[in-house]
Parts: sequence; structure tokens; C-alpha cells
Amino acid sequence: MSEPLVRIRGLKKAYGIHLVLQGIDLDVHSGEKLCLIGPSGSGKTTLLRCVNWLEEPTGGEILIDGAPIGTVAKGGRSHRMSDVELARMRAGIGMVFQRFNLFPHLTVLENVMLGPVRVLGAGRAEAEATARGLLAKVGLSEKVAAYPDRLSGGQQQRVAIARALAMKPKLMLFDEPTSALDPELVGEVLAVMRQLANEGMTMIIVTHEMRFAETVADKVVFMADGLIVEEGPPARIFRDPQVERTRAFLSAVEHRV
Amino acid sequence: MSFAKLWSIIHEPLFWAAIASLKIALSALLIGLVLGLAIALARMNPNRHLSRAAVAYIEFLRGIPALILLFLIYFGLAAVGIRFSSLQAAIIGLGLNASAYLAEVYRAGLEAVPKGQTEAARAIGMRRGQVLRWIVLPQALAISLPPIGNVAISLIKDTSVASLIAAPDLMLRANDLSSQTFKPLEIYLVVGAIYFVICFPLSLVVRALEKRGERKT
Repeated sequence: MSEPLVRIRGLKKAYGIHLVLQGIDLDVHSGEKLCLIGPSGSGKTTLLRCVNWLEEPTGGEILIDGAPIGTVAKGGRSHRMSDVELARMRAGIGMVFQRFNLFPHLTVLENVMLGPVRVLGAGRAEAEATARGLLAKVGLSEKVAAYPDRLSGGQQQRVAIARALAMKPKLMLFDEPTSALDPELVGEVLAVMRQLANEGMTMIIVTHEMRFAETVADKVVFMADGLIVEEGPPARIFRDPQVERTRAFLSAVEHRV
Repeated sequence: MSFAKLWSIIHEPLFWAAIASLKIALSALLIGLVLGLAIALARMNPNRHLSRAAVAYIEFLRGIPALILLFLIYFGLAAVGIRFSSLQAAIIGLGLNASAYLAEVYRAGLEAVPKGQTEAARAIGMRRGQVLRWIVLPQALAISLPPIGNVAISLIKDTSVASLIAAPDLMLRANDLSSQTFKPLEIYLVVGAIYFVICFPLSLVVRALEKRGERKT
């Protein structure tokens, strides 16, 4: 098999004495859709946030396309990456947050144009054309001139996806993208994500939407207490889990639904 | 002497003196706005020496009366050979004084910008400086606008202390006119009214800005 796009080895994260990630090994290949599921506090969001170094791991390493993120080896020792290098790596990794985090002082169009213009150095005309195209794709062409506070949660999250896509990322991270939404708005966001998956985007998705994970994921990873308990194709994880902990979690989730 | 007669003598010099006071206030505000931002950023810098130096600066300047600062700059520095005109000393002193208050105003504004904003900006590949310039500062400034207005209002009134180092402001002119005409009551009432006429509209603007801010949150 080819070199994975994301290679995570021995990843650890501690807050004080509390170990949130206790050694994670995980590969994500180009074009793969990986769903991280598990109870709250299992470390799945922390794992996701380590991938683009929004969270600084305590130990282990993450390689993006073969290159370590966050650290550079110099003279046989590893040093922390400079702000500029880290920014450059992050530019190729899109992230969608639970709470959207749109920039409230900018219009929808400006939100999507900001990265290409300021980070990639694109011309305004070119960036605007790309942004309009992406906003059309997520079904928000009429909202280009609106400010985020005029939008519903589902609309805001779709803008956030367009904002991330404007950077032409090779990898997209989704941190519980529908958890802060009213139930009737979840579908529109999942539809956009499903479309993205069909186009072959590499995606790591932390989610509580089991139906979505089952139908979209190539691989499902169940985490608990900072460890990967079980991973495999969705059919096996959801229909025939091998570990008792997985079974207990899934049945609890299903009962809730 | 009737008030009409007095008014005909004093209105023109007081008008120009009020303009002079406003110039002092505006210059000091400009110094305070620029310096205050630098101090606020230093204060929030992870470098501990830098942030402690900023805290010391802020606490020192907030802890002494503006008048003492003016005297130190005008008389104190002159004693060691650094000479400023009374106007320069007033502007510098009031500017330094304002910078300490404005640094805290900025800090509150910067801290009020949610952490998710910085994270989203970092996630699209912005460098630290870019995050500050394009994401955090614009939002922090909008939050800071009403308290900046309040500092500006205090500053306009505080220019009156400049008269004590003989800087050519409204208060100094009022003192002159008072001793020339022997009409202190009328003159200081008029001068008080002038300060009020300048400050009250500003205060209304601040209130409107505060209202707008509340609606947004």
C-alpha cells in the first residue's frame, strides 16, 4: 500500500497528570473517509486537533504526506516548528469546528476569500470567483453579502466548509460539525459533507451521527479513555463489534436515538 | 460690567483656548492609542519579562496623578537637561497617562475575542501576526470603542491640569481672564459649560456605541 497521507504514531497528550491520549497509532490514506466515534472525553476531538497542531501533543509524532508536523529535525534533534512553517502546513489542512467560528466582522464572501488572499496570495478577482463557486456549491449563493450573524447554524457551518475548501486542502478535519445544530439543520450540513466525500476528499470526522458514519466512512475508529478500542470498516464496527466496550457504546447510542 | 459686555470680551479668547485644549487632548489621545496598544500586546505576550514590564508601566502610571507626571516631565526632566515646552510636556504627560488606561481597555477587548476565532484563523494557515491584524484586532477594537470614548472624555477634562505648567489651554486662559476682569464666577461657569458642551455629545456617542455592542451579543 502507498504511503498514508496522515501517519500517527505513539501520539500522547496530557493535561497536567491527566492523560487524554495514551498512545494512538493511526493511518489515513489519500481519499479515505475516517470517522472517529466514542463517548465524550474519549479523546477523539483532542486527537483531531493534534493533526493540525491546534493542540500540541505531549509525545509521539504525526506525519502529513511524509513530513512531520509541529517539529523539525535539525542536527539529529527535533525542534519545535517555526510559526511560518507551521502555518504553511496548516494551510493544506482544512478544519471545520463544532461552533463554526466564522469571522463575524467579515461578510460570508470575505470569510471564504480571506485565506486565499492573505495566506495563498491569490488575486482578489480570482479569490472571489473561487469563493462564489464554493458558496454556490454549498447552496449559499444568495448569502454572499450577508454577515454570519444573519445566518442559521446550518448555513454558517456550510460557509465554514466553503472557507476551508477555499484553501484547496488535501485533508479535511471535521470536529463534531453537526453537534451545535438544531436537529432540522443537521441534514443540510451532512449533505454537503457527503458530496465532498463522493468527490474523493480525504476526511477525518469526529461525529455522533452514526447513520452518517455507517454510510460514508471507509473506516470507523472507536475510541475510549484516550485509546483506540476498535477500528475497521463500518459494516463490521456497527453490525459485528468485537469488543464489549464498543458494543456497550453502540447500544447506548442506539437506545438514545 | 454686564454679562453681555463680559461675553464680548471673553468669547473669542475662550473659543481659541478651547481649540487649543482639544488639540492637546487629541494629540495625547493619539499617543495613548498607539502606545497603549503596544503596551497591551506586551502585557499579553507569553514572554514573562515583557509582560511584567508592561504591568509595572501600567500600574506606575495609573498610580500617580497626571499632574505629578506633568511636573516630572516639565520641571523634573528640565533639571537633568531635557527641556520640553509646556505644551509638549502636557501632551506627552497626558499621552503617557492615557496609554496606561488604554492598554487595559485594549487588553479587555483582546481577551473578549473568542479563542475559536484565533483557532479558525490558524487553521486556514495564518501566521500569528496575520491572525492579530485581520481577525483579532478588528474585533477587539470594535469591542473597545466605547471605553476608548470614555478615556477620550476624561482626557479632555484632564487637559485642565496642563494650565498648572502654563500650557496654553482653556483653563490657563480662564485663569488669566478671571484675574483681568475680577469675574471668576461668570468665567468659570462659562468655561465649565464649554467643557460640558464638548464632552456631553461624546458621552452620548459612547452610550450609543455601548447599546449597539449589547445588541450584537
